[in-house]
Amino acid sequence: MKNLRTYLRPWMKMMIIGFLIKTTGTFLELLLPGILSRIIDEIVPAGQMDQIILWGALMVIASLLALIFNITANRNASRVARNVTRNIRHDLFDKALYLTCEKTDAYTIPSIESRLTSDTYHLHRMIGMMQRLGVRAPIITIGGLIMTFVLDPYLALVFLAVIPFMIIVLVLRATRGVAMYKKVQKANDKMVTVVRENSQGIRVIKALSKVPYEKNRFHGVNEHLKGEEVRASRMMAMINPAMNFLLYLGMVGVILVGARRVDLGLCKTGRILAFMSYFQMISRSLMAVSRMFIMYSRGMASSARIMEVLNSSSEKDIVRGTYPDGDPQYALEFRDVTFSYLGIRDNLQHISFRLKKGQTLGIIGATGSGKSTILSLLLRFYDIKEGAIYLNGRDIRNYAPDELRQMFGVVMQNDFLFRDTVAENIRFGREVSFEKMKRAEKNAQALAFIGELDGQEEYELTTKGTNLSGGQRQRVLLSRAFAADPGFLLLDDSSSALDYKTDAALRKALQEEYPDTTMIIVAQRVSSIKNCDEILVLEHGVINGRGTHDQLNENNELYQAIAQSQMGGALFD
Amino acid sequence: MTEKTKPSRDETKMPSSEVAKRLMKYVLRHKYLTLAAVVTTLCGNLAALYIPHYSGLAIDAIGEMGHVNFDNVLRLCGFMMVCIVLNSVLAYTTQLLLIRISSSITAEMRREVFDHLLEMPVNFFDRNAAGDIISRISYDIDTINASLSSDIVTIATSVITVVGSFIMMMRISRTLCIVFFITTPLIFYITRHRARVVRPLFSKRSRKLGELNGFVEEMLSGHKTIKAYGQEKTILGRFDSRNEEAVTTYYEADYQGSIVGPTVTFINNLSLAMISGLGGVLFLNKAISIGNISAFILYSKRFSGPISGAAEVMAEIQSAFSASRRVFALLDEPAEKKDDEDAVVLDHVQGSVEMEDVRFSYVPEREIIHGLSLSAEPGRMIAIVGPTGAGKTTIINLLMRFYDPDSGVIRVDGHDILHCTRDSLRRQFSMVLQDTWLFQGTIFENIAYGSENATMDDVVRVCKAVEIHDFVMSLKDGYDTVLSDDGVNISKGQKQLMTIARAMLNESKMLILDEATSNVDSTTEQKIQRAMLQLCRGKTTFVIAHRLSTIKEADMILVLQNGTVIERGTHEQLLAAKGFYASLFNAQWEA
Repeated sequence: MKNLRTYLRPWMKMMIIGFLIKTTGTFLELLLPGILSRIIDEIVPAGQMDQIILWGALMVIASLLALIFNITANRNASRVARNVTRNIRHDLFDKALYLTCEKTDAYTIPSIESRLTSDTYHLHRMIGMMQRLGVRAPIITIGGLIMTFVLDPYLALVFLAVIPFMIIVLVLRATRGVAMYKKVQKANDKMVTVVRENSQGIRVIKALSKVPYEKNRFHGVNEHLKGEEVRASRMMAMINPAMNFLLYLGMVGVILVGARRVDLGLCKTGRILAFMSYFQMISRSLMAVSRMFIMYSRGMASSARIMEVLNSSSEKDIVRGTYPDGDPQYALEFRDVTFSYLGIRDNLQHISFRLKKGQTLGIIGATGSGKSTILSLLLRFYDIKEGAIYLNGRDIRNYAPDELRQMFGVVMQNDFLFRDTVAENIRFGREVSFEKMKRAEKNAQALAFIGELDGQEEYELTTKGTNLSGGQRQRVLLSRAFAADPGFLLLDDSSSALDYKTDAALRKALQEEYPDTTMIIVAQRVSSIKNCDEILVLEHGVINGRGTHDQLNENNELYQAIAQSQMGGALFD
Repeated sequence: MTEKTKPSRDETKMPSSEVAKRLMKYVLRHKYLTLAAVVTTLCGNLAALYIPHYSGLAIDAIGEMGHVNFDNVLRLCGFMMVCIVLNSVLAYTTQLLLIRISSSITAEMRREVFDHLLEMPVNFFDRNAAGDIISRISYDIDTINASLSSDIVTIATSVITVVGSFIMMMRISRTLCIVFFITTPLIFYITRHRARVVRPLFSKRSRKLGELNGFVEEMLSGHKTIKAYGQEKTILGRFDSRNEEAVTTYYEADYQGSIVGPTVTFINNLSLAMISGLGGVLFLNKAISIGNISAFILYSKRFSGPISGAAEVMAEIQSAFSASRRVFALLDEPAEKKDDEDAVVLDHVQGSVEMEDVRFSYVPEREIIHGLSLSAEPGRMIAIVGPTGAGKTTIINLLMRFYDPDSGVIRVDGHDILHCTRDSLRRQFSMVLQDTWLFQGTIFENIAYGSENATMDDVVRVCKAVEIHDFVMSLKDGYDTVLSDDGVNISKGQKQLMTIARAMLNESKMLILDEATSNVDSTTEQKIQRAMLQLCRGKTTFVIAHRLSTIKEADMILVLQNGTVIERGTHEQLLAAKGFYASLFNAQWEA
């Protein structure tokens, strides 16, 4: 279990040094009023000019030292906050990348995103502020308390009586505050979701004239967020006045008990007077304490949200299994695989197929029939409960996830391009030589259009590659999949935006240039898969028919219907 | 599609006075509440001032052993209690008022930003990362909120105390006040100088945080691809460098900003030392009494305390200002050109569309559409085909007025669309885009989106027409199933079907289909085809599709290459012409 302490621990030494420096600075500052009262009460009346200068100089030196110490300590605090935040953010992003797909689905991306940015930001603020305010205020409070005890323990006890109430107020509010700030962050997630959806769907929204509707929808989440913010802040707003009230209540108590004690001759008025001045000191530092608690509540709420993700299971926790091996003469095998995403109904049932090295499998079927799910399982985004999948004769659960995945070149549905050069989008962090990249582009039929871009491979794509057309995007994605000459290629609907001519050239290239690559092609068009060694026709997660194009065209009704709709009529025209 | 590069306003250049003025405008919207907050603060502080007054009197009333005037002590303690209760209640009220003001202002700001976003031309969203927009609307505004709720009052009360104490000090000794004529300008100078150093750092800090957010948003939306390619480490490495920049800029701003508070405290201490020194000299010259020196020092503490306090919050104000700059810069981004005053409001059009010698370029020197002309009679279906990058999507963008042509005219029912309101123009179209867009909401809400009065029966009807009804009914919650953004139980094809159903529900006269069927499998497509034909009946339809079955039904096919129509006619005519279209068509039998 990770928690905030895990991340603070490595910087303990640094924090303690900072703490000591800050303490020294604080004591130096506390020294100043002493020197001042000495100058005024003793030295000035004595009229010793040289002494005045001496003590005045001492004051200047003390305050100069206080300045240096305070700045040093503050900077030290910032450094600790920086280091802790850096590490937490690093681990959190790391976790977000390795999170199992089930977990990512459960958290939702906008929520993970806001934990990574907004929550770490609040935490950063808290860690910095706590170190800066967290030393001075307690020192003054505790120092003040000790002084009151030295003065008159009985009166100090009266004063002490209100302290438990203060602690109760602080603890109650702070714990409830954490819960409320969690709600604020959650409401913030919702607000972010709407903004995100709108920036993605702006064309549709404008096309459907839904701008007023969306404004209204945002208004709803915005008001909800405002409500949660107000509720949390109100909860916190009570702390400061309540603390002050209790403190002054104690003061009245001291005066009343003090009056009695003076009357009995157990105490002098002067002491009560001195009590009052410590009171002022304590009260001022308590203000800082309550401010700290507000920040603490908010920071802890964020910390809890962050730690929740950090402690979720990730793919890094997956250890290589020891499942029995399959048949080594097949490059790829599904053996009676049944799978369900949510455990409600089976998304795939009893899927079996096997491919030898260099063979190609085509999958065709209605949307939602489970085509893409087969690829997800092969990449082990989700774990199967029944059946087994073998790669080169080994159960895929016997591979480490990265070891497994690096054997594949993949183009997924909805695949993503990011803001960087075309070359970087193709290389995608891998060591790919220029020649290899060019070859991949050529085979993906992308060479011509990339050649026409400004700066060619150095052309900068926008987020999601919106400055390319749909067909161009697919060809960049195909280049990415080809670039590392993988042993296996998984192409999910990767040529749907290509025109027939380009698609035909792509198929030709696949066949001629990658004879040893084992492929699975998921397609909508019969023409994309008709040359495959085997074709599966899926319906509702079940294999409805299998065979070559000619076989299926002969004896599978579903396949015939699909083929007919696409080519049948046209052939006889 | 290439972006149209419009330089956005440099947010670091906005002068502080302008930022302050604009922030003040928000505060003034709540002037009565603000006034109330100032009054409660003042009264609360006043009550607080009386507490030591009464406690002093009470202590005096205690007097000596055996002579304690208990009645008097009790009475004074009673007064004290009144002040204490008043102070606490007023302080609490002030807090509540401030919370109301600041939360209203931030909610208003968020709303303004969002409303403005929706008025922005669509390419704004291609130019700006969603993550950066989100960072402005969430924590930049948050930062402003934090500052508004505390710093304003700190400063307001400071001003009052500072002025009051200064008057008192001037009364006691003008000579001693000379000290402040030296140190106060020094404080102002240092604070101003620091502000100048720190300001760009705070701007940078907000910007870097925004960039980090943009990166995170982008990468997380591609997390499956990253996994598939095993590139987690590479991406993490890139994240690290952005993270490093974000935390370092934060640190740098802190590093420079943290000097201010202690330095001002130091100068205040310095002035105390100078006062006692100068006071000593004056005392020796019999120009001041010891009592007056003490009193002067007491007031000087009250004078300099708020100044230190204000200097302490300076860092927060700076960060709020740079956050405001980012928010205001977004609000200053030019929105879509406003409709003409006398713009025509289109209503129930027949659906005739004409384009006349339309030229358009996203970037000035690169024309995408070169003199395109076409005319579509009501109810006709126009198929636009051609290689990728030929400008097919651009035509749609121009029709919908996502962009306006550089020259040439587009007419709907004879009205130049430049002189129609955008909203009414867009209402005349329904549209199915390449990118399926569904939002977090129920299936019913998603399909009825765009048709306010649609009933469940209507939704069921269109869902049956696109053959998705059975699928929806197989879900546990049927039409009430909530779609989330990466929902596992719904495929891209199903999403596409839903957007088609959404378009079917819309009773507009013109229809735009942008590769609408590319993700629908052929079995379903056949059925959709029939439904679609039904949908197209009586509507002017523009289809961008590669699918033969769609294209064949078209009344006219435009073959586009490099922004020019190179062939036009029906399927049969084009095949007979044996041109580019025929070669594209024949390509599907190759390989």
